[in-house]
Amino acid sequence: MTTFDLNFAADHFTLFGLAQAQALDQESLDNSFRAIQSRVHPDKHAHASEADQRLAMQWATRINEAYQTLKSPGRRGRYLLQLLGHDPQIESNTAMPAEFLINQMELREAVEDARSAANEDALDVVRVRLLNEIKADYERLASLIDVDRDLDTAANLVRQLMFQEKLLNEIDDALEAVTA
Amino acid sequence: MALLQIAEPGASAAPHEHRLAVGIDLGTTNSLVATVRSGMSVVLNDVQGRPLLPSVVAYAADGSVEVGYGAEARQSVDPKNTIVSVKRFMGRGRHDIAHIETLPYDFVDTNGMVKLKTIAGIKSPVEISAEILKTMRNRAEASLGGELTGAVITVPAYFDDAQRQATKDAARLAGINVLRLLNEPTAAAIAYGLDNSAEGIYAVFDLGGGTFDISILRLSKGVFEVMATGGDSALGGDDFDHRVFCWIIEQAKTAPLSLQDARLLQTRAREAKEQLSQHGQVPITVKLGSGEYVDLTLTTEMFKDISRTLVQKTIAPTKKALRDAGLTVADVRGVVMVGGSTRMPQIQHAVAELFKQEPLNNLDPEKVVALGAATQANLLAGNRAAGDDWLLLDVIPLSLGLETMGGLVEKVIPRNSTIPIARAQEFTTFKDGQTAMSIQVVQGERELVSDCRSLARFELRGIPPMVAGAARIRVTFQVDADGLLSVTAREQTTGHEARIEVKPSYGLSDDEIAGMLRDSFSHAGDDAFRRALREAQVEAQRLIEATQSALQDDADLLSTLERAHIDEAMTRLQHAMGGEDRRLIDQAMHTLSAATNEFAARRMNQSVQRALAGRNVNQLSL
Repeated sequence: MTTFDLNFAADHFTLFGLAQAQALDQESLDNSFRAIQSRVHPDKHAHASEADQRLAMQWATRINEAYQTLKSPGRRGRYLLQLLGHDPQIESNTAMPAEFLINQMELREAVEDARSAANEDALDVVRVRLLNEIKADYERLASLIDVDRDLDTAANLVRQLMFQEKLLNEIDDALEAVTA
Repeated sequence: MALLQIAEPGASAAPHEHRLAVGIDLGTTNSLVATVRSGMSVVLNDVQGRPLLPSVVAYAADGSVEVGYGAEARQSVDPKNTIVSVKRFMGRGRHDIAHIETLPYDFVDTNGMVKLKTIAGIKSPVEISAEILKTMRNRAEASLGGELTGAVITVPAYFDDAQRQATKDAARLAGINVLRLLNEPTAAAIAYGLDNSAEGIYAVFDLGGGTFDISILRLSKGVFEVMATGGDSALGGDDFDHRVFCWIIEQAKTAPLSLQDARLLQTRAREAKEQLSQHGQVPITVKLGSGEYVDLTLTTEMFKDISRTLVQKTIAPTKKALRDAGLTVADVRGVVMVGGSTRMPQIQHAVAELFKQEPLNNLDPEKVVALGAATQANLLAGNRAAGDDWLLLDVIPLSLGLETMGGLVEKVIPRNSTIPIARAQEFTTFKDGQTAMSIQVVQGERELVSDCRSLARFELRGIPPMVAGAARIRVTFQVDADGLLSVTAREQTTGHEARIEVKPSYGLSDDEIAGMLRDSFSHAGDDAFRRALREAQVEAQRLIEATQSALQDDADLLSTLERAHIDEAMTRLQHAMGGEDRRLIDQAMHTLSAATNEFAARRMNQSVQRALAGRNVNQLSL
């Protein structure tokens, strides 16, 4: 059997027995997550010793964090780039292409208008448009990292994705405000 | 004294006895208790064969307390001392409670949770709820013929930390060992999922007497994974009653009502609502204490009309939960209806319309939560049977964060994160030479601290004086599998640390609980001592069993020396258990725990390896 380092400090990909790649088989990830969690979760150690229970909690926490990171393509990309020594520096680097910014501004205006008009349908339209853009960017990110190995461009794209995901949250907040 | 039995090292201990564990649905209107009997989840009835216990507590001048149907019957006679829907007050301040002016109780002004002045003294919602839980515990122990090992108690998924803590305190006060606080819709999903071998995405729509929850779950190969949850912890059947009540007053143009008449009309309003689930219209005829007559007819259409905005209030959180889960209604395989209030036709219609499918009503909406809780209790108590290999992964309902400069909230753990979870975030000082930092922990979705609920405030002192922005304070939030939070702050350059178990501002302090417990044991002499000793003995027995079973499975992970060490610590504990010295037992337990620490770590590593064995080889060669 292939052995690999499955200790607590292993990286998220290794932990789930996956290759370090942006393209990822969601079902394998889900299955590994459930298989490991079924063994380490505190509920499975409810009658074990205190040491066991504490470890179970640490492991379950670790597995949850790893799963949340890998499940979202944006967070996965950011994490993978860090692993590969190309930290996208989300906090410090805010340079964006003009074209991207203009598009974002248009979307933001559309959200504002729909929100003040309490127009749920219009918000849904913007949401779907943004979701499609994000989805296309996810695919581009996978080919930039896995195929082209163009990590600089990939880091730029990850920064843009953080913007888009934030806007998605704002649309969700607006939808909540409008439907409440 | 009986001789102690010591098992041969490595040999298995006697087979586990069946531990008595129950699930308790502590509802706004009614409460239930259930257990697993011969592999089947069943609700335990009272001696008259009734499954429900009305969540009503009546206090009398002589200090006696009545709970359930008897108390319910007294509510129009003595509304001030007959507490209904106490769940609405749990972990809540005065300003949190809707329609407080229409309630017949004497509220006492306090800083934290509201308190009620009754003829038997001032009572907190925790004490009142404890009376209901005590009744449930007595029913269970009488019916099962023994003392309970523990209970799973359900709470609305959308309950915040203060409300959860209050529930746990109430259980403690009722002498119940809480195995887990379980979210009500999740409990229902367990009961439904195991009953129907369901796979796929399910929504649980839970409208109770006072609370509304919506949870979206993925059921797959024995794993119940909550993907998102939402709701309103102050919306339920009570609000529909209130609309009918207001409509009656408006239509009948009554003179200002006495407390008794108000309670009478509220009861009639509820009865009318319930009858409308089966009939197109109902007559409401009442003779009031004032001599006035009320003679009205409420139709389904009118009821629908006056409750339209309430129905709408369930739809918005449902849509939000779907968005949070990243799903659309088309992904949802079935909608499980839970809670007596889902019997209302307008709710059934609204849900069917939103999800574009008929909701699932094949389980008794009033029993399903208790049945699911019983299943989980059975598992956590250690009565796992062969087919019970399922796992529950739940989430936190509300985001957790910290106050930063300007009263803004920095979210540290977002809502709908799977628990247990830990997150760390770094902060820095605002002023030159700042040596202390006040850390305020909040819960909620809004950007301003003032719009969120404050859970705790603590201080980190001893930060070395530096220029503003130079210190690195790492704040770590850890939420355990019970959904309870602890927070640590650590200054990175000096390693100075402050830690706090979050006790919500509206919870009871340990002293208050101890005081209440003392009151309830005041006639019991050295009961408290006996109880503590017995608890320690039970704990010790548990630790020995756990260690023996670990040794049986994985003794090969230990060297001869390590093994001898553990065996010795185990023998010591077994001796200590036979005596009456609680401190000695605690000490021996501590030694055994320490001796098995490294063993536990190795076992867990091996277990994770095994989980993935044979499945990843192909993926690794990608």
